Amino acid sequence: MKPVTQHKIEKLERLAASTAEPGGVSLLRDASRRLARNPVAIVGAVIVLLFILVAALAPVIAPHDPVARYAELTRELTVDNIPGAQAGFPFGSDPLGRDFLSRLVYGSRQTLFVGVVATALGLAVGIALGTSAGAFPGRLGKWLDLGIMRVTDVMLALPSLLLAVTLVAVVARPSQWTVIVAVALVNVPIFARLLRGSMLAQRESDHVLAARALGVRQGAIVLRHILPNSVGPVIVQATLTFGTAIIEAAALSFLGLGDPDINRAEWGQMLGVDGVRYLEVRPELAYYPAIAIIIVALGFTLLGEAMREALDPKNRR
Amino acid sequence: MPLLDVQDLSVVFKRRGEQPFAAVDGVSFSVEAGQTVGLVGESGCGKSVTSLAIMGLLPKRGNSVSGQVLFDGLDLLGLSDNEMRDRRGRDIGMIFQDPLSSLNPVVPIGVQVAEVLQRHQGQDRRESTRNARELLDAVGIPDPDRRLKEYPHQISGGMRQRALIAMALACKPRLLIADEPTTALDVTIQAQILTLLKELVNGTGSALIMITHDLGVVAGLCDTVNVLYAGKVVETTERHRLFAAPRHPYTNGLMNSIPRLDLPRGTPLTPIRGSVNDNIPWREGCAFAPRCDNVLDVCLEGTPPLVDDGYAALRCNNPVSHAQEVAS
Ligand SMILES: Nc1ncnc2c1ncn2[C@@H]1O[C@H](COP(=O)(O)OP(=O)(O)O)[C@@H](O)[C@H]1O
Ligand SMILES: [Mg+2]
Repeated sequence: MKPVTQHKIEKLERLAASTAEPGGVSLLRDASRRLARNPVAIVGAVIVLLFILVAALAPVIAPHDPVARYAELTRELTVDNIPGAQAGFPFGSDPLGRDFLSRLVYGSRQTLFVGVVATALGLAVGIALGTSAGAFPGRLGKWLDLGIMRVTDVMLALPSLLLAVTLVAVVARPSQWTVIVAVALVNVPIFARLLRGSMLAQRESDHVLAARALGVRQGAIVLRHILPNSVGPVIVQATLTFGTAIIEAAALSFLGLGDPDINRAEWGQMLGVDGVRYLEVRPELAYYPAIAIIIVALGFTLLGEAMREALDPKNRR
Repeated sequence: MPLLDVQDLSVVFKRRGEQPFAAVDGVSFSVEAGQTVGLVGESGCGKSVTSLAIMGLLPKRGNSVSGQVLFDGLDLLGLSDNEMRDRRGRDIGMIFQDPLSSLNPVVPIGVQVAEVLQRHQGQDRRESTRNARELLDAVGIPDPDRRLKEYPHQISGGMRQRALIAMALACKPRLLIADEPTTALDVTIQAQILTLLKELVNGTGSALIMITHDLGVVAGLCDTVNVLYAGKVVETTERHRLFAAPRHPYTNGLMNSIPRLDLPRGTPLTPIRGSVNDNIPWREGCAFAPRCDNVLDVCLEGTPPLVDDGYAALRCNNPVSHAQEVAS
């Protein structure tokens, strides 16, 4: 376990150092120009946009009610026969006689929700920890930094699945919040370390020295001069995290640690519960949610990687 | 009483596993109110470290500062962090070499100028913005209303330095420290910025410490000049005397290595031999001895003292003689 953690830490430090260049707005502008010319970024952005559109417009796009059971579908429904495509139901039925396509469409909402909330939660706690670690000079700040970094070391060593299982055991009742909290917790140390790294670099920058030479107070230095110039790598990481958060959330639902509500459409659960159980009867039940998860995760990863590349000062021209 | 009196200031950097290194080694000089004083020397001689020590801006760890920095009779080195922070920007302003990197890239110029006024003069947002506009106007930034809202990367290098000067002088400090304020600028802009600085300090009555490696800047601006070499003052004199008769061989060397209009065309420039890396430690002799044309045996026997003969203070056993030049 240790070498993996070590590896993660080193990677984060490199990333923080490489993207924590002074440059701010001009750097961002530069980066967005490069981003717009990068086909990888465009593909990623299109996928992400489509995904968000589908989730937002699910009631419009979905042909049917995702929780209603339809007589057309239940008529021939048995354990050995789940009706496939037919008029009005292009993706056929799910094991309970509900419209599979509509459930897939609605599933995007759940995925988006879990991804957004888990990432936002991880980001909020990570930024708070990272700021506390990176903000304060002096002896006390040094100790605070040291303490927080050791905590994040421990957190980095925890795999999200193990954490989620533990959480479920603790709260005794799985829900979508177990998944959200587990995924958020796993990402907290990543955000914290990244932010700290780039804040440390910013702390030594000329404009911070110039602000100190004007007598600007420590609080304002951190909030106005250091933090806004340090969040670039964290935003990139948040995009990447979104991709992995979706996969992690799906994996947890797959294992039955997610929301037990059978009416809620969720890709991980569709894949894990229905898909696996009826794999031999109707493999599409597993294929479609799996493909959906892969495409969306890929979209966020492509976009995130492209953003990282664009922000990397080594690629500036 | 001078406005600023630096007495025996030393800054020793200590790195684990390395010899302690005195970047500033017993520097003394003073600045009268309203006066412009030059700190001159090659890069690495300790000019910036001196100014950061005066401002209390050196890193908290890894160095030790000794001596006295009396500002208006009060020792700045003895002040708490908070007391010193209240003085920075209000009593003492500072501008730096690279105007682009000295500005916060994600905050509009106007907000950065207004921040100083809010901090030290308790002005509210509206009042400080109005005054920020005035300040930008006063430092010669055209169309200040528009510039207030622009970001550092949207304006030119010269305008950035003007904005930084506006920030440093916003609270009319009694002392301004300018650390190579023109080094990063185009030659044509350099002259404009120097003229502006001169006008502003004359207008506000601020004293100015001009840090530079460029004797041309000194010639146009300074009343008194302190020449630094390897962390020590080697010559202190009045500007006219320095240019008429540079007496320390190092000062003389600096003078001979810049092009001059008052010498016949074709007179070769004679740069100083070697580089700052060829120093010997001061305790073994004169640090400049290995590069010096006037070197004597006594120069390798301990630090030469700084002796004031009424004309200049000199740290040299065998100063350059200007008898013939003065006679001719
Ligand atoms: N934070 C620091 N740690 C160690 N050495 C330093 C530090 N800052 C400056 N120095 C050293 O002090 C010497 C003087 O530097 P400086 O004052 O910046 O020179 P300059 O006259 O060009 O402004 C240099 O040799 C430099 O390497
Ligand atoms: Mg310097």
